[in-house]
Amino acid sequence: MEALYAACVGVLTASGVFLLLRGRTFPVVVGLTLLSYGVNLFLFASGRLSVGGAAVLGTSSDHSDPLPQALVLTAIVIGFAMTAFVVILAMRARGDLGNDHVDGRVPVIDADSEERT
Amino acid sequence: MQHLILLPLILPLLAGLLMLLPPIGTSRIRQRNFALLLSGVTVLISAVLLKQAQQGLVEVYALGDWAAPFGIVLVADRLSTLLLLLTSVLAFCSLLYTFGPREEEGSFFQPLLQFQILGINGAFLTGDLFNLFVFFEILLIASYGLLMFGGGKTRTRAGLHYVILNLAGSAIFLFALGILYGTLGTLNIADLALKVQLLDPRDAPLVQAGGLMLLIVFGLKAAMLPLQFWLPAAYAASTPAVAALFAIMTKVGIYAILRVFTMIFGEAAGTLSHIAGPWLWPLALMTILIGAIGTLAAQDLRRLIANLIIVSVGSLLAVIALQRETATAAALYYLLHSTLISAGLFLLADLIARQRGKVRDRLVSARGVGQDRLLGSLFFIGAIAVIGMPPLSGFIGKVLMLNAASSVQEMSWLWPLLLGSSLVALIALSRAGSTLFWNLAGSPAETERAHPVQLLAVVLLLAMPLLLSIFAAPVTQLTAATAQQLHDVHGQIGSVLLPLAQLEVK
Repeated sequence: MEALYAACVGVLTASGVFLLLRGRTFPVVVGLTLLSYGVNLFLFASGRLSVGGAAVLGTSSDHSDPLPQALVLTAIVIGFAMTAFVVILAMRARGDLGNDHVDGRVPVIDADSEERT
Repeated sequence: MQHLILLPLILPLLAGLLMLLPPIGTSRIRQRNFALLLSGVTVLISAVLLKQAQQGLVEVYALGDWAAPFGIVLVADRLSTLLLLLTSVLAFCSLLYTFGPREEEGSFFQPLLQFQILGINGAFLTGDLFNLFVFFEILLIASYGLLMFGGGKTRTRAGLHYVILNLAGSAIFLFALGILYGTLGTLNIADLALKVQLLDPRDAPLVQAGGLMLLIVFGLKAAMLPLQFWLPAAYAASTPAVAALFAIMTKVGIYAILRVFTMIFGEAAGTLSHIAGPWLWPLALMTILIGAIGTLAAQDLRRLIANLIIVSVGSLLAVIALQRETATAAALYYLLHSTLISAGLFLLADLIARQRGKVRDRLVSARGVGQDRLLGSLFFIGAIAVIGMPPLSGFIGKVLMLNAASSVQEMSWLWPLLLGSSLVALIALSRAGSTLFWNLAGSPAETERAHPVQLLAVVLLLAMPLLLSIFAAPVTQLTAATAQQLHDVHGQIGSVLLPLAQLEVK
């Protein structure tokens, strides 16, 4: 289970970082979202992975750590709000700057290759 | 009196909400007056808290009465309260500046400013790393809004970079917190400092990775070298009152570096002590260099000041990287000075820009500034202070920092860069000043005179270096005591975790 979980976090983070480094705002936003998924899973795992752990102390000798769950919940809420903000901002930038490049202007090489495709 | 420490958080939170509702929310004048009143009260509260902390006791406030490592605590020691006072003075002056004619201000401006202050105060007061993350997010989301107030292409572009960079930074922050919690089992700063000393050597590399990831995040906030490119554009694009308040934002990053890498990874941390030093020292020195180059290349006054902020960040981080008590004391004195003076210069740059017509603050030949004698003298005072020439506090701060380097190797790196950056600042500001005030073309513009309240805000901020230099002895004693308390890791751990120990005895 650990290997599968770690691979999941790794793939999500790697894809997130790859998309984050793209030049257009839409892939960047998707990249940020994937990155925050990776982070949330990672935080969740920081309390160690266990199956069938009790949620309440005293009901069983094998209980799960409640703190990472609280941390993840907070991180999800914050991440959700920030994603909403950055989506609106990206749309505003598209309107204000006339294109969806993160620098506000499309590099010349980029425009050429797009014409060809 | 015990609950006083909570007020710097509760007041801006409630005020921000009240300002959205009638009767205050319906009029911008009422919003402004209310905000200023509250800001004045906060200055008083912070002063009282600082005075209490000067007795040398660390005040710990357990929220919900849950003792330290289990609940979230607020910790008011000398460092926190000193920075709290700095923030509230800065916020007061920034608010004062919004009393002038400001065309870009909407009805959400003042509430956002309050939430920003809440985030900054919280970051200084919290004793818990996850809570620090939450307060970082509060101050960031408020700053996203404030940065883009007024709209326009340059603001949107600068804002997009700032937001995306900081969101990536938040993700790294959470990764670091996950690593630290997974290995050390706690996120309370004092408890982390204790657990690091008892760490299993096999886990040490993982904790080191977590700690250095925190350095990346705080470096992004503080604008350390590879992560500083967002700063000039963002600061130069925002409205003046916001830019002035943002002067404290880089200091939040510096505070977090100081707190985490002195307390958790400080002298007492065994194999992991001083892990930040080898990274911080070269990066900070290069930050000074790149900031100095930026000052020379700046085409307008606000960008020039933003680059001076980068230089000051580099100087502060270089001195902090020495990780000695005297060095920290010197850095704290310079931190007070550089925050206040750069805020003052941002406001002054706006006053100058308004009287120059269309060219605004671009450093080109143009029609003269309307009130050239008054604004010119203020610019002269500000320039002397920020360059670090006697008699103002920049000079004292720089001498203290030069003194902090003790070995030959430290001196041979720090001295040339620090002194060289002062020379570059001198050249850049002389050039800027002579272009703004003497390189005139055509007849003087018919411009409005500077609004007296805005002028008052600038004068207040520019008077601070003078005060810091007149009262240099008490202030340096205060920063020395602050540094001494910060470096006394065992004392800090004891005062935060002691209530729990007493509980167990009962």
